[in-house]
Amino acid sequence: MESSNPFPELKPALAIDQALSEASRCLYCYDAPCTRACPTHIDVPAFIKKIATGNLRGSARTILQSNVLGASCARVCPTEVLCEGACVMHDVQKKPIQIGQLQRYATDWAMSHGMKPFEPGPRRAGRVAIIGAGPAGLACAAELLRLGYEPQIFDAAATPGGLNTTGVAEYKMTSEFALREVGWLVEAGVKIKSGVRIGVDVQLADLERQFDAVFIGVGLGKVGKLGIPGEELDGVVEAIEFIEALKVRRAQARIGRHVVVIGGGNTSIDVVTQARALGADEVTLVYRRSADEMPAYKHEVELARASGCRFVYQAAPLRIVGRERVEAILLSPMLMGAPDASGRRRPEPAPGEPLTIDCDMVVAATGQEKHLALLEMLPNVKLDHGRVLVDERTMQTSNPRYFAGGDCVSGGQEVVNAVAEGKRAAVGIAAHIEALGGGVRLEVARG
Amino acid sequence: MADLKVNLAGIQSPNPFWLASAPPTNTGDQIMRAFDAGWGGAVWKTLGEPIVNVSSRYSTVDMNGQKMMGLNNIELITDRPLHVNLREVAEVKKRYPKHAVVVSLMVESKREKWHEIVKATEGAGADGLELNFGCPHGMSERGMGSAVGQVPDYACQITSWVKEVAKTPVIVKLTPNVTDVVYPARAARKGGADAVSLINTINSITGVDLDTFTPRPDVGGRSAHGGYCGPAVKPIALNMVSSVAKDGEVKLPISGIGGIASWRDAAEFMLLGCTTVQVCTAVMHYGFRIVEDMIDGLSNYLDDKGFRSVNEIIGRSLPSVSRWEELDLNYKIVARVDQSKCIGCGICYAACTDGAHQSIAARPEHGRTHVEIVESTCVGCNLCSLVCPVDSCISMVRVDTGRPPLTWKQFQEDPSAHKHLGPHNAH
Repeated sequence: MESSNPFPELKPALAIDQALSEASRCLYCYDAPCTRACPTHIDVPAFIKKIATGNLRGSARTILQSNVLGASCARVCPTEVLCEGACVMHDVQKKPIQIGQLQRYATDWAMSHGMKPFEPGPRRAGRVAIIGAGPAGLACAAELLRLGYEPQIFDAAATPGGLNTTGVAEYKMTSEFALREVGWLVEAGVKIKSGVRIGVDVQLADLERQFDAVFIGVGLGKVGKLGIPGEELDGVVEAIEFIEALKVRRAQARIGRHVVVIGGGNTSIDVVTQARALGADEVTLVYRRSADEMPAYKHEVELARASGCRFVYQAAPLRIVGRERVEAILLSPMLMGAPDASGRRRPEPAPGEPLTIDCDMVVAATGQEKHLALLEMLPNVKLDHGRVLVDERTMQTSNPRYFAGGDCVSGGQEVVNAVAEGKRAAVGIAAHIEALGGGVRLEVARG
Repeated sequence: MADLKVNLAGIQSPNPFWLASAPPTNTGDQIMRAFDAGWGGAVWKTLGEPIVNVSSRYSTVDMNGQKMMGLNNIELITDRPLHVNLREVAEVKKRYPKHAVVVSLMVESKREKWHEIVKATEGAGADGLELNFGCPHGMSERGMGSAVGQVPDYACQITSWVKEVAKTPVIVKLTPNVTDVVYPARAARKGGADAVSLINTINSITGVDLDTFTPRPDVGGRSAHGGYCGPAVKPIALNMVSSVAKDGEVKLPISGIGGIASWRDAAEFMLLGCTTVQVCTAVMHYGFRIVEDMIDGLSNYLDDKGFRSVNEIIGRSLPSVSRWEELDLNYKIVARVDQSKCIGCGICYAACTDGAHQSIAARPEHGRTHVEIVESTCVGCNLCSLVCPVDSCISMVRVDTGRPPLTWKQFQEDPSAHKHLGPHNAH
């Protein structure tokens, strides 16, 4: 069994004839809706036209200029709700152009034909410390290099790439591919120091001395505690660790026979579908609100449904029971009350008997915690409910030398949003450095 | 059901669909299978002195994932012995007496050579002869094919030699590789031809391999120009057919050739004056089976239009083919967009603004491009409706200019008619 891959690709790569005929279907819209829908504003009709003409180098360059992580975004983007969702083909009762698949075709070609993801620009004075080697940090670093500056990424994890490496459902993108893409950026000039914890291995004061600006792209942490009795039992895990374990240590990943997943976001869906793929007999997704309010994308929910997952709505975990290992979870039925700050109805415990589900594994996917310990260390950087506050045009924080982007700002969005923010921050940082008359600190440091 | 039987200069055919002289008519076996599939006639692949062919022989123009928009070939006439072909002609004629078996011929420009082959072919039972004065590659270098068709005097001369001995109808196949196809057509008539067929293939190089730098098709690192056919040549063929059909001197029945792939194409050729149509590329692409829908579709079309015989549509569109100077300068149409159908792709805007007359206004709306026609400057060119990917989203509608019809010809004859020209064409 170990030799067979339990996570075959959901969408296998297009063959050349498939890519050409799909590219030929594109209408080449003017001021195209797909381009507007993309957070990084890739010129989609242009790159597709280039595939159709056999100009793959130009196609890949068009993509990578806008989105240096175009290869992983081609795999992990929820294109159904972004570019492909905006495709005008929907309105003529035709299938939207497979933009993600075409983007993969062009970027795969680039990676396998010795093309560079970007070219560093003429050198300018200015050094930037980037905290976090996830999509936001990588995009920021690449853009700074393009602009001529010298970024240095510090990452606490042993391997770079952030959630691209450890947190994406395996049937969308493998860790191996994510690391290959990071390696591609490193070859082009991105510098990463892995296993470096800020405040432990390196002090912020040191960074401030050596660098002109600091970019925070630390993302989010693990899923928080459910805060219910029985959580310490063997067999209760949190989603981020669960996904990382099965991606990085696939063979050892332990899977229950009946898995209960708590939470209604896209991470829950990733857990559900992969748990089924790993051999769980039954998987139940528990969500405290109703189906209509579930934040997971519709196409993702369909995936879960197709994998045979059972959905229990309007139920919240009350208690996990078992001797040493999980044996069952008790759920409280919920009522939908008045709308809360998010505009969604607030779930409230309903009278009645708790529901008991026998299970031998519980995965919590109820939302990731913020890296508060680190964020609160940042001098004069204002937070809002644990999120870093920024000027959205420049991604500058309340401390002018600090910029931020990605999940630590948004609270959790797509890879493509993190890339857009990292890139925007790079432009903001460049403007900040130039406004100060260039990379003064660098020159002083170099004496 | 409408009658599809036609008669081209005495050659009877159960329907107007013939196979053109080409690879699909290389053998008796192919032609008999074609007749079984429904083809009404076939023009045998050109007989003549034995030749040797090269490899490769074909190349194409593909477009947007669509294969074979245009087909180019450098294949020569038949490479099978004459006696074998003639034996098969006799066999086909014996087994399919009601189908039209026409044989294409091409020999050296010598009177006795032509006499010989005409007699032998008619002896085998052919219903008619087609003189190949059109093949533009290979044979033309040897003074045959288009080398004859391009010189009206030669075409006339050889036609008259053939007519000295021929007992069956003689069709002269014309080359499009001339400045005006009407002249060789008139020469064919002068030589005594009973009908003409057109067009033969057009001189072509379909492309160059960007890695080897050799044009296609590649014959060991070299290439030669070939003959172009297929859907891409249809508009050229339709124009040449109509100019021959309208000519006051030619006055011969026409067998139309050039990119015919469906009953619609066939109907268009017939409306412009053809009695039969000949097909090659579409069969080389999809096989003989395509004739089923050609017959079915044409028949249903004729029924829908109330025609009892296919002969009623022959030449029916010719009266409306006129000179530019006879067109009404005061006829005016403008574009109208059905906003409920518009998908906001903005293609019409880009086309009109950059490629035509700057008469579409565009603005972003709900993530799409909202377009509006500026009727005051719209010249009614059709471009926006042609590029629009949605059926009947942009329509061209007639607007009354309140001015009397006025042609350029009338205007030249009476300059005072200037006062009847509208502001849109007053400059």
